[in-house]
Amino acid sequence: MDENSSARLKRRLLGIIYRIGLFLAMLTICLPGLWIVLSSLRPTVEIMAKPPVWIPQEISFDAYVAMFSGIGKGGIPVIEYFRNSLIISVTSTVIAVAIGMAGGYAFARYRFRGKSSVFLGLMLTRTVPGIALSLPLFFLYVRLGIIDTHFGLILAYVALNVPFTIWLIDGFFRQVPKDLAEAAQIDGCTRWQAFWQVEFPLAGPGIASAAIFAFLTCWNEFALASQLTRSVSAKTLPVGLLDYTAEFTIDWRGMCALAVVMIIPALTLTYIVQKHLVGGLTSGAVKG
Amino acid sequence: MATVTLTKLTKRYGTIGIVHGIDLDIADREFIALVGPSGCGKSTTLRMIAGLEEISAGSIEIGGRIVNDLPPRSRNISMVFQSYALYPHMTVRENLGFSLKIAGAAKEDMDRRVAEASAILGLDTLLDRRPSQLSGGQRQRVAMGRAIVRDPDVFLFDEPLSNLDAKLRTQMRTEIKKLHAKVQSTVIYVTHDQVEAMTLADRIVIMRDGHIEQVGTPDEVFRRPATRFVAGFIGSPPMNLHEATIDDGQMVFASGEKLPLPGQFKANVATGDKVVFGLRPDDIYPTGHGISSGGAADVHQIELPITVTEPLGNETLVFVEFNGTDWVSRMLNPRPLRPGERVAMSLDMSQAHLFATETGKTLRS
Repeated sequence: MDENSSARLKRRLLGIIYRIGLFLAMLTICLPGLWIVLSSLRPTVEIMAKPPVWIPQEISFDAYVAMFSGIGKGGIPVIEYFRNSLIISVTSTVIAVAIGMAGGYAFARYRFRGKSSVFLGLMLTRTVPGIALSLPLFFLYVRLGIIDTHFGLILAYVALNVPFTIWLIDGFFRQVPKDLAEAAQIDGCTRWQAFWQVEFPLAGPGIASAAIFAFLTCWNEFALASQLTRSVSAKTLPVGLLDYTAEFTIDWRGMCALAVVMIIPALTLTYIVQKHLVGGLTSGAVKG
Repeated sequence: MATVTLTKLTKRYGTIGIVHGIDLDIADREFIALVGPSGCGKSTTLRMIAGLEEISAGSIEIGGRIVNDLPPRSRNISMVFQSYALYPHMTVRENLGFSLKIAGAAKEDMDRRVAEASAILGLDTLLDRRPSQLSGGQRQRVAMGRAIVRDPDVFLFDEPLSNLDAKLRTQMRTEIKKLHAKVQSTVIYVTHDQVEAMTLADRIVIMRDGHIEQVGTPDEVFRRPATRFVAGFIGSPPMNLHEATIDDGQMVFASGEKLPLPGQFKANVATGDKVVFGLRPDDIYPTGHGISSGGAADVHQIELPITVTEPLGNETLVFVEFNGTDWVSRMLNPRPLRPGERVAMSLDMSQAHLFATETGKTLRS
């Protein structure tokens, strides 16, 4: 066998090993998700079985039917929770991205006194675990009378997300060459127009990804929400999961069904936006 | 169409001065090149004229109107950037028409002007492509097209050719010259390449450390450089420059070698003066192989050893040792020469330059 054919064989073999490795990695990542979906469709006996039952014996949508059946029939106010989650997540994402865009642009484009300390300070806020703040926040919110309100949770989530969105969006604006905004100004734009006509469309995919991160953080957040909300009027879906825990039992099937209901919108959103996340849009703007 | 006048134009960042109060009058339809080494303030000057950089002091007039505090869009200028700065999310057509769209021009008017500009630059077949699908030269042309479409009073070019390869650069240089002949606008062109400046400009402004060293036609700055810096900067290969002391009508160099003082400077120097003697490679040549062979008025003969030769086909650059360093000389109708060989060199002293060592200024009266 000559050198070339052995090199070719080696390359093919490596390719196969690479694919197997990738499959195993993906399996590990996807298995919990799959397990949740399966568990929502099978009776509790099967969920709790030891050793685990891999292939479900019977599939039923009882948990989903029960979930929407109203209080007393095993149901929970899922529509209200969904509405709360949506209002809180969307509003806080919009606000966080708006602030993030302004802040990120300022950090990327302007020189000002104390810039790096301010930036560092913003990033340091990320080092404090959210749960550590929940008790002080709780007292503060009680005094202010914003406990168990949409507003209270939106405020907390905006504060949670702003540093991260600023950091992300700053990076995306840095990738847009400064010359482009200057060229636009010479072409007759005001600073404001130059931003919306040139810099914003180019940083758009980055801003979209920052928005997804912010949205998912709010959508999935449990620790703060469980402390700061009490009633159906403000509880979000993750907190709603707790409705399935009774004093002595946990309805795993119902919980998994609600988890699936939670995952679907997040997954759909990510899927829709991902095609806008393609990079490389700025290539060709400048020499390259 | 407009004149441009800079008066005491100054730029400072904090306490650091970048441009130190320069004065410049640019005539209507003139092609001016700002040239100098990097960090000399030429790009900053251009950006101040464009309105992209605030001015610290002084004033800028375009077409008789003071524009010091006007934003770029109100100055009726257009600019070609070194990086081209094409909008990557727009097609070539949209790039060209962008300024008209912002100005709210009618669709027909926009189409007509984009068509005109693309016809001038040969962009007709590329109108629906995006910048990423274009080659460097094509992007450069789109950038120029975008500038033309605006029909500005003044064109500003910021090192537009420095991202192109040597061949394309020569080609685009010719196109820029043709373009200027066609559109007849005032052009301010920044470059660090003296060849570009010499070939394109009506007048050249040579800058150094935020000051203007000399303003003149290509011929003036080449033949009558006002300072030692200009003498060394303009011309390729550069002028040979050597420090010497005047001693009784002779120049004495550090090595002890002597040359007669060129006649045209005799009245302006005295014994003991420190000077810098300059001679272009064209004015020093192996005897019988020079540009001015036979016709030169004041030729000094000297025998010097050859260190290196660089044959270029029609001519050879001959490096000879003088005063401990190499002198470049240009040899026409070359014959083979060997390093180490001593050859008779002719120095055309009528073309020599002399600068005061201390001030760097020419001693020509």
